[in-house]
Amino acid sequence: MKLFEYEAKNILAKYGIPTPNGGLATNAIQAREAATKLKPPFVVKAQVLVAGRGKAGGILFADSIVDAEKATEKLLSMQIKGIPVRNVWIEEKVQIKRELYFGITTDRFNQSYVAIASSVGGMEIEETAAEVPEKIIKFPINPQHGFRSFHARQIARKMGYAGSQLSELGRIFERLYCVGMDYDAELIEMNPLVETADGKFVAADARIIIDDNALFRHQEYKKRLLEGESELSPQEIEAMKNDLAYVKLDGDIGVIGNGAGLVMATLDTIQYYGGKPANFLDVGGGAPAEKIATALKIVLSDPKVKALFINILGGITRCDEVAKGILEAEEKIGATKPMVIRLVGTNEAEGKRILTEAGIHVLESMEEAAQRAVEISRHEGGK
Amino acid sequence: MKEANKKLGIIIGKNTRAIVQGITGTQGSFHTELMREYGTKIVAGVTPGKGGTQIQGVPVYDTVEEAKEKHPANTSIIFVPAPFAADAALEALENGIKTVVIITEHIPIRDAVNVMAYAKDANATIIGPNTPGIITPRESKLGIMPAHVFKPGNIGMVSRSGTLTYEIAAGLTRKNLGQSTCLGLGGDPITGLNFIDALKMFEKDLQTKAIVLIGEIGGNLEELAAEYVAKDKYPKPVVAFIAGRSAPPGKRMGHAGAIVIGKAGTAESKIEKFKNAGVKVAEKPSDVAELLIKLVSV
Repeated sequence: MKLFEYEAKNILAKYGIPTPNGGLATNAIQAREAATKLKPPFVVKAQVLVAGRGKAGGILFADSIVDAEKATEKLLSMQIKGIPVRNVWIEEKVQIKRELYFGITTDRFNQSYVAIASSVGGMEIEETAAEVPEKIIKFPINPQHGFRSFHARQIARKMGYAGSQLSELGRIFERLYCVGMDYDAELIEMNPLVETADGKFVAADARIIIDDNALFRHQEYKKRLLEGESELSPQEIEAMKNDLAYVKLDGDIGVIGNGAGLVMATLDTIQYYGGKPANFLDVGGGAPAEKIATALKIVLSDPKVKALFINILGGITRCDEVAKGILEAEEKIGATKPMVIRLVGTNEAEGKRILTEAGIHVLESMEEAAQRAVEISRHEGGK
Repeated sequence: MKEANKKLGIIIGKNTRAIVQGITGTQGSFHTELMREYGTKIVAGVTPGKGGTQIQGVPVYDTVEEAKEKHPANTSIIFVPAPFAADAALEALENGIKTVVIITEHIPIRDAVNVMAYAKDANATIIGPNTPGIITPRESKLGIMPAHVFKPGNIGMVSRSGTLTYEIAAGLTRKNLGQSTCLGLGGDPITGLNFIDALKMFEKDLQTKAIVLIGEIGGNLEELAAEYVAKDKYPKPVVAFIAGRSAPPGKRMGHAGAIVIGKAGTAESKIEKFKNAGVKVAEKPSDVAELLIKLVSV
C-alpha cells in the first residue's frame, strides 16, 4: 500500500527526521490557513500516488499566500494521469545545495533488506543505477544485527561527508531504518534528501510503501485503503474485500483463473493470439461457488468487457464448485456477456456435466480457449 | 534406473519424516490425508492447544519440541495462518528441523527475512513461503499439488507459481516426459530457495536430465539464474517459461513477488537474459514440452 507524501512526511517528522514545515489543504481556505503558518516561498504539491507527478504539472511554486491559494485551486481542479487531485501539501521551499538519495528496500537474492544511498538524488533510483552506477551505494542489512549507527556513518562517509554533517546524516539514515521496520515498509525512501544551502539535511520528498501482507499490523492504513481515500478502482476495492486478487487492465476480455502464475500466463496467451485482457483476477486456491460468483460479478461490472474467459486448473479448486459458481452468477446478474470456459482437473467430469446441461460449452485446452475468446471479442467489438 | 539405491530427485525422499504444523486446520488436515495417501511419512502434527488429540491417526502435540521428542522428525510442513507462520517456522528451526516447507501465503516480508536469516545460521533449507511445496513423483510429496498431473521421470522442475506448474507438468506428462522432482520456490519476494539453488541441486541429481524453469515478473532471480547458466556452462539443458509478458508496471499480479517496478523485473528482461544464455524460452505453456523433446531424448 502506497502512502501519500504527507502521510510519509508526518511519520518521518514523528521520528525526528527533518522535513520541510508544511500543511495539508483540500480547498483554498485551508491553503491560506496552512500558508499563514509557514515562511514563503512555498511549494504546493498535489497528493496523488501516481509516478511522474512533477512532470505532469502536479508541483507548483508560490511566492505569496495568495499565490499558494491560486496554486491550490489549480491543482485541485486537475487530474493527474486520470486521478483527480483531492489534497495538496503546502510546504516551505528548501534552499538546495545538493540532492541526495537514501532508501531501504528488499533484496531478494540476499533474502534481506538493503539500504541504498546515492550522492545523486532527485531522479528515480533505477535511472541513477542505469546512468551512474558508480554513484550507488548498496548495503545489505543483516536482520539479526540490524542497521546500526556505525553502518549509517560508514554510508555517510562514502557519500563524501565528514564531521558533524556525517553524524547528522547517519542519524537520519538510522531513523529512516527504524521507520521502515516499524511500518513494515517494502520500500521507504527520501528522494531527494536535500543538503540545504546552510549545510543541513531535509527530506524534501518521501515515499513509503507498506507491505500489503503486513497491513494486519497497521489497521489504520488498511481502513484508509478500503474505506477512505485511495486510488483503487471500485472493482479493486470490491475484490480486496472479497479476498480476490484483481488488477484492472485496459483491454476487453475479462479473465478469471486460479493461481497467479496461471492467470498471468492466460493474459499472455490472450495477447499472443492478438487479444487484449481487461483484467487479472485470481480466485486463489479452493474457491467455493460463492467466491466464483463474486469474481464474475466484479469482472462483468467493468463496462469495457466484451467477452469472458474462465481458465481453471483444478487442484485444490474443484471444477464442480466453479461450475456452480458460474451458474449462480448467471442467475443473479444474467448472462450478460459471452463466456469461454476451460475447466480441467479435480471433479472435472461433474463440472462439465453441470455446465453442459445448462447449455454452456466447456473446452479443455487453454490455448484453444484463448483463441476462441479473442475471436469472440473481435466479433463483439464489430457490433 | 540403473542405480536403484540412489536417492531419487532432490531435497525429499524415502528418509523424509515430516511433522505438519497447523495440522488441525482445514487445509492442514485435508492435505495431511493426501500426502499420506501418496506415501509421505507424516509422523506427527502440531497445533498449540490441540495436543493429545489425533487427526487421521496422526498424533497431535502442542509444541514442535514435544513432537520431536517422541518422533524422529527431520522435516516440517507449515499450514499455519500468516500472522503466526514465521513463529511456527522459527519453532521448527530452533528444534532442529532441517527442511521446512512453508505453504502459508501472505506472510509479511519482515517476518520472512527473519526466518531466512535464522535458517542460514542453522544450515537448514526453507521452501516457500507461498509455495505449493515439493514432489518427487510416486515417492514423496510435501505440499498441496494435485498428484495426478505428475509422473516419475527425468525432468526437474522449479517454479515460482503453483497452478502454472501443474499446467506445464500436465503437458509434460501427456507427452510422456516424467519428472524427477518439482520444486515450488514460492510466489513471495523473499523465499528460502532461489533458481540458482535449484539448478545446483538438479545438476548433482543423477535422475535429472533436463530442467524446466518457470519464472514470472518481479525481482531479478531469473536474470541471475540466466547469468549462472551462461557463466558456469551449466551441463544440463534448461527450458524456461516466463509469465507476465502482458503485466503493466507497478501492479502486483496476484503473487506478492510478481510486480514490475519502474523498468525492473519485466518479462522481457528475463526472456532476453535466458535467450542470451542459450536457454530456450517457451512462448506458451504448451510449448515447453515441444522444446524439451527437441533438446533431450529421455
